[in-house]
Amino acid sequence: MSSTVISHGAAHHDAHDHHHETFLTKYIFSQDHKMIAKQFLITGIVMAVFAMLLSILFRIQLAWPEEDFPILEVFLGKWAEGGRIKPDFFLSLVTIHGTMMVFFVLTAGLSGTFSNLLIPYQLGARDMASPLMNMLSYWFFFAACVIMVASFFVESGPAAAGWTIYPPLSAVPTAIAGSGLGMTLWLVSMTLFIASQVLGGVNYISTVLNMRTKGMDLWKMPLTIWAFFLTAIVGLLSFPVLVSAVVLLFFDRTVGTSFYLSDLVVQGQILPNEGGSPILFQHLFWFLGHPEVYIVVMPALGLTSEVISTNSRKPIFGYHAMVYSLVGITVLSFIVWGHHMFVTGMNPFLGGVFMITTLIIAVPSAVKAFNYIATLWRGNIRFTPAMMFAIGMVSFFVSGGLTGLYLGNAALDINLHDTYFVVAHFHLVMGSASIFGMLCGVYHWYPKMFGRMMDTKLGYLHFWLTFVGAYLVFFPMHFMGIDGVPRRYYTFTAFPFMDKWISVNMLITWAAIIAGLAQVAFLWNFFSSIWRGKRAPQNPWNANTLEWTTPVEHIHGNWPGEIPTVYRWPYDYSKPGHDTDFIPQHIPFSETMSSNLPHDFEGNEEAIRIQNEWNKQNNREVIEG
Amino acid sequence: MEHTDFKTEELIQSRKARKFNLWLGMIGMFMMFAALSSGFIVYTASGVDKGIKTLLPDTFVYSTAVIVLSSLTLHLAYRAVKHESLDRQKLFLLLTLALGIVFFFLQVQAWSVLTGRGIYFINNNASQSFIYIFTGLHLAHILAGLIVLVRCLLGALKPIPYVDNQFRMNLATIFWHFLDLLWIYIYVFLLLNQ
Repeated sequence: MSSTVISHGAAHHDAHDHHHETFLTKYIFSQDHKMIAKQFLITGIVMAVFAMLLSILFRIQLAWPEEDFPILEVFLGKWAEGGRIKPDFFLSLVTIHGTMMVFFVLTAGLSGTFSNLLIPYQLGARDMASPLMNMLSYWFFFAACVIMVASFFVESGPAAAGWTIYPPLSAVPTAIAGSGLGMTLWLVSMTLFIASQVLGGVNYISTVLNMRTKGMDLWKMPLTIWAFFLTAIVGLLSFPVLVSAVVLLFFDRTVGTSFYLSDLVVQGQILPNEGGSPILFQHLFWFLGHPEVYIVVMPALGLTSEVISTNSRKPIFGYHAMVYSLVGITVLSFIVWGHHMFVTGMNPFLGGVFMITTLIIAVPSAVKAFNYIATLWRGNIRFTPAMMFAIGMVSFFVSGGLTGLYLGNAALDINLHDTYFVVAHFHLVMGSASIFGMLCGVYHWYPKMFGRMMDTKLGYLHFWLTFVGAYLVFFPMHFMGIDGVPRRYYTFTAFPFMDKWISVNMLITWAAIIAGLAQVAFLWNFFSSIWRGKRAPQNPWNANTLEWTTPVEHIHGNWPGEIPTVYRWPYDYSKPGHDTDFIPQHIPFSETMSSNLPHDFEGNEEAIRIQNEWNKQNNREVIEG
Repeated sequence: MEHTDFKTEELIQSRKARKFNLWLGMIGMFMMFAALSSGFIVYTASGVDKGIKTLLPDTFVYSTAVIVLSSLTLHLAYRAVKHESLDRQKLFLLLTLALGIVFFFLQVQAWSVLTGRGIYFINNNASQSFIYIFTGLHLAHILAGLIVLVRCLLGALKPIPYVDNQFRMNLATIFWHFLDLLWIYIYVFLLLNQ
């Protein structure tokens, strides 16, 4: 592609733009990847706050099961009659908290925001492959959010069968209140959500493979892009499977087919359904469900890689190993779903196979954890708020990942299954780790999104309260789990053996409330900085990737002139011999003669010859050809 | 949506990317049917009383012939575009559309043959319900395909610029052939399990 053509194209591009851009096309039905990224982020934040409030509500019930809080009745009406949350509503809270956090916040809010923002920016593209599909992806997501929230306004309440919506509970509308209209709305919402993810994911993959700027070969891509790319592949292969599961469930619920149902008596009535298998649903669900947890964590790993390298002022340790470990996780994620089903009466041999594949995932995960630590090792670390969250992410990934080794063992899992141990495990390894990855991304790329800086001090306050709070909330749950306390139970006082854990529940709930309040610091910082933050320079973190070569003011097409050409990988930090501690990707080697190394030329003999001539003139060591 | 203000080189790149989008989309669609297939296999293996337990209606043979023929006519329409023969393009597009609609009705006809034998969608042998799921979901995709064909026809009637017309037809042809192959896959899969 000739650069003059691009430059001409861009100028042409701009001239046209300002003519026909209205409020509606710029802010609402925008097809610009930067605006869509902001839409995803803000919707994600709203959903996160909503889902967090739900968790505070059920935490109150868990800590003080015998007390009344009349204020709850004011807000929740008959769902908290007398100021105490009803059991049915408790289950709804748990269900919708999980659904919103996993899908709306950590899938759409995380991937949607940063894939949209960074894929075109860091690859040097003017926009996504299909801006229209991109816009549709957001609006399907938005509709899914609205419908899920709307389920709080139906008489029978929102879905209550858990975020995994196992039949028969979810398939028999008369089973519990939450299996009625609320469940139907859940399914509709989720179908829209899957459409959104597939549209988005297709676009991300296609953009990465087709729209890279000149010189940007796959091995020069930042790790963020690798992570988004592989995440999108996982999503594309797994989300359609959930559609199949949901379609069958839908027919079981509405017309009376028997895909999942058999031999049921509900409220004294024998159901006509025969011959169905609820385990079939679990297979289909977890074939999506397990890759889904990697859809949640891989973008966080990508963002963290970038932020840790930039703020350690060091190249990422083991770039290739980082990529291959992501690839390894991607492949393995599809062959481990059975570890969620060890207690379904699975053939022990099959359980053994799933156990082995599951434990193998520890290898690429450990590679990543060690590489992060090795990158930090003797770095010139800048503790920006983004860096704090990145390090926090690594901490949660390690401490949550270790318990994965326990749960991955079939023999141990049979004991720990459905206890608070599992809750502790996944809240640390995919909940907290991913949220911290996402927040690290928000703090780091905020200047790129809004052209202003966030407040650093509020950032530190937010970090420490959230970090300590999250550990206080989730760490004690391990001990409850080992003691056999089951998850999703409504009152701890109803079971003598769980009585002693109420004091711990109170600690957890207070920690949750304080960590929840800490988010006010973030929300204030985020929204007020949009207008009142310090104006951002073009490259506030002295980073190497291409997004920092674009002007601070957003323009359609991203670069005013031609798109920069890429000459080097994105991690040339603190390269010996260079006068600054970073060399952006678009700086050619001819401008950095004093710091070039033999492997930079990838065997290009002409370049080596020129470098050697320069080296001789400047008394530098001559490179072996 | 076309970005007419893109320059040729960028337009080519963006077209290539959007064509790639279609391929990826088809992978996603195929995954859905793959999941149903494995669901079918797992379910059917769960008991001797499960399984299709009937011969698939002959109507499926006719519908298969019709959809293969429609792929052929669409191919001819696309060839007509390449030879810049707008009239032939319209003719073959109309033929393809008609065959697509015939296919749709034949599939529905096959359902009535099944219900005539007492094999209903609501069935305690869900292997038989799966026949309806497979064909129904495929028909949902056929509906999408028909909309795509109508859009091509509208483009040819207007007519839109040659390159746009060709690009639109190219995507439509790929998608329709995919639907054709998808049906053959489903049919063969069901035949092997009957």
